[in-house]
Amino acid sequence: MKLKQSPSQTVGPYFAYCLTPEQYGYDFRAIAGSQLADEHAEGERIRIVGRVLDGAGNAVDDAMVEIWQADAKGRYAHPADPRGSNLAFRGFGRTGTGTDPESRFVFDTIKPGSVEAQAPHITLCVMARGMLSHAFTRLYFSDESEANAADAVLATVPEARRGTLIAAREDTQAGTVYRFDVHLQGAAETVFFDA
Amino acid sequence: MTAHGPFSPRDWDAHPPYVYPDYKSTGLRGPTQPLIPLEQTLSELTGPVYGRESVGELDHDLTRNARVNGEPLGERIVVAGRVLDEDGKAVPNTLIEVWQANAAGRYIHKSDRHDAPLDPNFRGSGRCVTDAEGRYKLCSVKPGAYPWGNHPNAWRPNHIHFSLFGPSFVTRLVTQMYFPGDPLLELDPIYLGAGEGARELLVSKFDLEVTEADFALGYRFDIVLRGRNATPAQE
Ligand SMILES: [Fe+3]
Repeated sequence: MKLKQSPSQTVGPYFAYCLTPEQYGYDFRAIAGSQLADEHAEGERIRIVGRVLDGAGNAVDDAMVEIWQADAKGRYAHPADPRGSNLAFRGFGRTGTGTDPESRFVFDTIKPGSVEAQAPHITLCVMARGMLSHAFTRLYFSDESEANAADAVLATVPEARRGTLIAAREDTQAGTVYRFDVHLQGAAETVFFDA
Repeated sequence: MTAHGPFSPRDWDAHPPYVYPDYKSTGLRGPTQPLIPLEQTLSELTGPVYGRESVGELDHDLTRNARVNGEPLGERIVVAGRVLDEDGKAVPNTLIEVWQANAAGRYIHKSDRHDAPLDPNFRGSGRCVTDAEGRYKLCSVKPGAYPWGNHPNAWRPNHIHFSLFGPSFVTRLVTQMYFPGDPLLELDPIYLGAGEGARELLVSKFDLEVTEADFALGYRFDIVLRGRNATPAQE
């Protein structure tokens, strides 16, 4: 007999002193943060910057965003990756939107390689006060238009909404920045997956 | 064949809907477009791995992990249980992160404005990792109820927040544990947002076996994560 899944509940507004303690200045060691790549990580350094926007277009300042990604060669730091995981790059980041004056999330990481013939992408998990369940989405890269056009997952997304999954590349003096806003609702609602 | 997944889908009869009008903040924050089904790829069959090395010696004991000059106030509790998948199989070596209000119903979080005392000896956050049989055990004080702005005279039932990864990123779960017999449960839109027949799983059970004599009341709380669809790989 199958057991019933334990239901999701909101992360609430007060998660920071457990889930993102160092970012918010609490005296508790964080297991993960917004810096994914140390000086040893191979690959192109990138910064991901975005906001979580509600249905009124306001930036949510008590959201938490997690990212999960492969390394520059497209390998995951997980035993299910048959190509031998690269444990030097864990590929997991977590940050809250409550410490930035514009309620942005910022991740410093490397651009992932392609995984199993998919276009390079990063998985995002978004949660917040006011969300009873988390939402999964994917970030693809604007400078990978050829790979994006051939991507099997993007192909399942209605064309008019595909753009919500593409992060826009900007080459700045400080380095490569990808902008990726998550719209929880509205005309530009981000595509969320039932993964 | 790999023994990893694919994972069974999220059971939307168990999980709350994104927009649940009784919980006001969901009105502008819950996605409204249908979710796009995603065939699981390696990106979904993998996930962050945090084992025993990620947990400090006192992380599991919230009565000790933030002491300054004494013990935290409140009714000591032990919370123990198992993390299982839908087939009843143990989920071993998985990280559990927990946070809660103190015994007075106050969070140390800087934006909690509830007029109840902070406890200098209680932070209210901790972690542990399940063992090979999926078991875990935490020690804490019973969190107090606290008011919130959802509707007039709204109070959250006593609860502990739980965050788990499970074997992949798609098995991620953030949930809350409640206490048996709490009269606030049937008034709480966060609890009631979860499906009937599933939300009861979020109510822990008082358990004399978990209770430690002359020390702390024991509550049992099992957590069920998504299982696997695939027929098991041949042994
Ligand atoms: Fe809470």
